[in-house]
Amino acid sequence: MNSRISRRRFVAGAAAASFLAGCDSYPVKTFLLAMKDWNAGCEAALFSPARTAPELPESATTPEAAFPEYFISDDAPDVPPNWFLTVGGLVERPGRFTLAELRAMTQTSMRVRHHCVEGWSAVASWQGVRVSEIARAAGLKPGVRHVEFRSFDSGYWSSWDLPSATHPQTLLAWGMNGHPLTTGHGAPLRVYSAVKLGYKMCKYLTEVNFLAENTGGYWENQGYDWFGGV
Amino acid sequence: MSDARDQQAKFRRQQPLPIRFVHWCNALFIVLMAGSGLQILTAYPYLGPRGALYRWYPLQGVAPPSWLTVGGWLAGGRHWHFAIAWFFVLNGLVYLAYLFASGEWRRRTFIPARDAAPAVAQFLYYARLRKSPPPAGFYNGLQRLAYSSIIIIGVAMTLSGLAIYKPVQLHFLTMLFGGYDGARVVHLAGLALIALFVATHLVLVALHPREILAMITGGKRE
Repeated sequence: MNSRISRRRFVAGAAAASFLAGCDSYPVKTFLLAMKDWNAGCEAALFSPARTAPELPESATTPEAAFPEYFISDDAPDVPPNWFLTVGGLVERPGRFTLAELRAMTQTSMRVRHHCVEGWSAVASWQGVRVSEIARAAGLKPGVRHVEFRSFDSGYWSSWDLPSATHPQTLLAWGMNGHPLTTGHGAPLRVYSAVKLGYKMCKYLTEVNFLAENTGGYWENQGYDWFGGV
Repeated sequence: MSDARDQQAKFRRQQPLPIRFVHWCNALFIVLMAGSGLQILTAYPYLGPRGALYRWYPLQGVAPPSWLTVGGWLAGGRHWHFAIAWFFVLNGLVYLAYLFASGEWRRRTFIPARDAAPAVAQFLYYARLRKSPPPAGFYNGLQRLAYSSIIIIGVAMTLSGLAIYKPVQLHFLTMLFGGYDGARVVHLAGLALIALFVATHLVLVALHPREILAMITGGKRE
């Protein structure tokens, strides 16, 4: 009886182990990666530059204390002294922008729903300059297909497809709910977009680079979907 | 229905091959979809937007047990979920196409005028409020109700899933479910109903093991 039980246990254990091993096996990984690529293509095909997220009324705003902050450093990183934004890559006029210079450009404010990859949603209004304005100011050279955002948050970065980055609801935001960004929400400047998941919106910005190649991203290189659209 | 098709249907097995094929594919897909879905839920096991969680939901903050999850972490769960989703939908479409093309729908789907009264009688029989079961065809009224409801739940799961996946690009769909957080409620409620269906289904086939055999071999020709 005892030996029968242990044998049965052994068989069950071996079956469970081989199933678990199967989840990590080469064919399963290949299948999942192929489907991930296929889905990224479908996401890009479904994305319409003209489709905008609905603007929400002020009453829909999430209490700010309930809107999660996100950074990968141990503490919210402080703004470095003499901060400026560098715009580079395949552009006619690479340059630096101070916050005052960015705020002197055409401003956009929008109140939209935020969608996190974890499944939560929240609402705030965001004030800033459209990435498309920056692109126009810098003058894109032919061959630009991606936009890379870099930060002073322990090197966090994310690269985007050009159509999503130049969508009218993708901003370099300095303000949230009408006041300058707090340290926890990415001060002094962050990406905010209605058409991407939260992890694509790089905070604590230092650089915007218009590039030919896809340079991945902090979470994207660890396995999260690169397109990350909503 | 033509005489030839009538004749054909007469000699069809209890569970024709296409039905057996999609059934077992579906069993696998539902396990993978539910497991990877629970892995995704684990990342934020709450219902309702930030700052306004739904008070009526009793399981706020209760993550599903990890042995029920597939994918290992959030990104893995998402890869499984969005990979298998295609096959789940394709399989469902093959089933529906076969159901209607073959005429099988006549003996399987719930037609209220035909099946409502027998379904109630069958329920009363199971509840021991009625001594004998009502006369039944290939399936009884309750079976037809269950097998038709689960199709509608499958469609609702597909649409609410798309509404969560693309709340901006498919905004009209998201609005149909009362917004992003409403669509999450529908998607989780659908999972609960599927779990209830599967649990009942497993109990009933355990009580009628010959039906398992029919779903493997096809069973006798009717």
